[in-house]
Amino acid sequence: MSNIQSQSAEKPQFYLEEDHHPEGSTNLGFWLYLMSDCLIFATLFATYAVLGRNYAAGPAPADLFDLKLVAINTAMLLFSSITYGFAMLQMERGAKQETLFWLGITGLFGLAFLGIELYEFYHMIHEGATPQRSAFLSAFFTLVGTHGLHVTFGIIWLVTLMVQVSKHGLIHENRRRLMCLSMFWHFLDVVWIGVFSVVYLMGVVG
Amino acid sequence: MTTNSTSHEDAHEAHHGHSHGHEAGHGSFKSYVTGFVLSVILTAIPFWLVMGDVLDSKVATVSAIMIIGAIQIVVHMVYFLHMNTKSEGGWTMMALIFTVIIVAIALIGSLWVMHHLNSNMMVMSPEMMKNLP
Repeated sequence: MSNIQSQSAEKPQFYLEEDHHPEGSTNLGFWLYLMSDCLIFATLFATYAVLGRNYAAGPAPADLFDLKLVAINTAMLLFSSITYGFAMLQMERGAKQETLFWLGITGLFGLAFLGIELYEFYHMIHEGATPQRSAFLSAFFTLVGTHGLHVTFGIIWLVTLMVQVSKHGLIHENRRRLMCLSMFWHFLDVVWIGVFSVVYLMGVVG
Repeated sequence: MTTNSTSHEDAHEAHHGHSHGHEAGHGSFKSYVTGFVLSVILTAIPFWLVMGDVLDSKVATVSAIMIIGAIQIVVHMVYFLHMNTKSEGGWTMMALIFTVIIVAIALIGSLWVMHHLNSNMMVMSPEMMKNLP
């Protein structure tokens, strides 16, 4: 007995540390993904900053953007951020139904955001302000479209997790997944702050 | 021997407990609501500045938008993403600082280079444009 213990006392720390390392680093790994996503948006913002004034005699931001619509859109994303926060608080309490309820509300706000954005795009393209029209519009659709795509995938992920939670409950794995989506969702809201400040507000100011 | 292994077990438990606690997020109802209220205020101000045409100078309006936007990003980082210097042994903060530096280089560098490119381009006259291949 003592022989086994002394043997295990020589090496076990190596295995123990290896054993629980992957679990704890999910957060850090996902954070690194978000940071690399941040770099994608940084390059798109840089492109927009360089090309955003090249209208090619086409429409300028002040002609195209409806700030009331953008304000409503911003509110939708902000509301979805706080409702996701409430979902996380309910998850910590272990309340499955309440978590699902707040996740559902978050998804609805996300869908409202996407709907308004698609309506805006449709309206712009209808007026002839297509991505092909000018460098400004190419950069605009790429930047705002990439953000919209992220929100779309966020909603798909959200629905997937709602199914997972309703099927398997608030198990450890689902909590981890919900935590990752929480970071993703709040990160998209942070990117949107840059979008409405740089693209819409500064665009309309001129 | 037994005490040694128990203390190790305790340390392991404590460490696991910590990482679990982090995974569950450490936001409270109060912190989420505080972050939300601050965000609403920090969003409303720049929209009001632009839609109400409050400031006379464009430079002042643009500077205000950028400063308030930067503050709001910090608010989101602290209250919604729960950033602090301690989580994951400080590595999330290190990754964030690294990313901010790269983002700053990409943005400032692009604008700087392209601005110089524009100002060094020869001004074209209509005749020159006609003779373009």
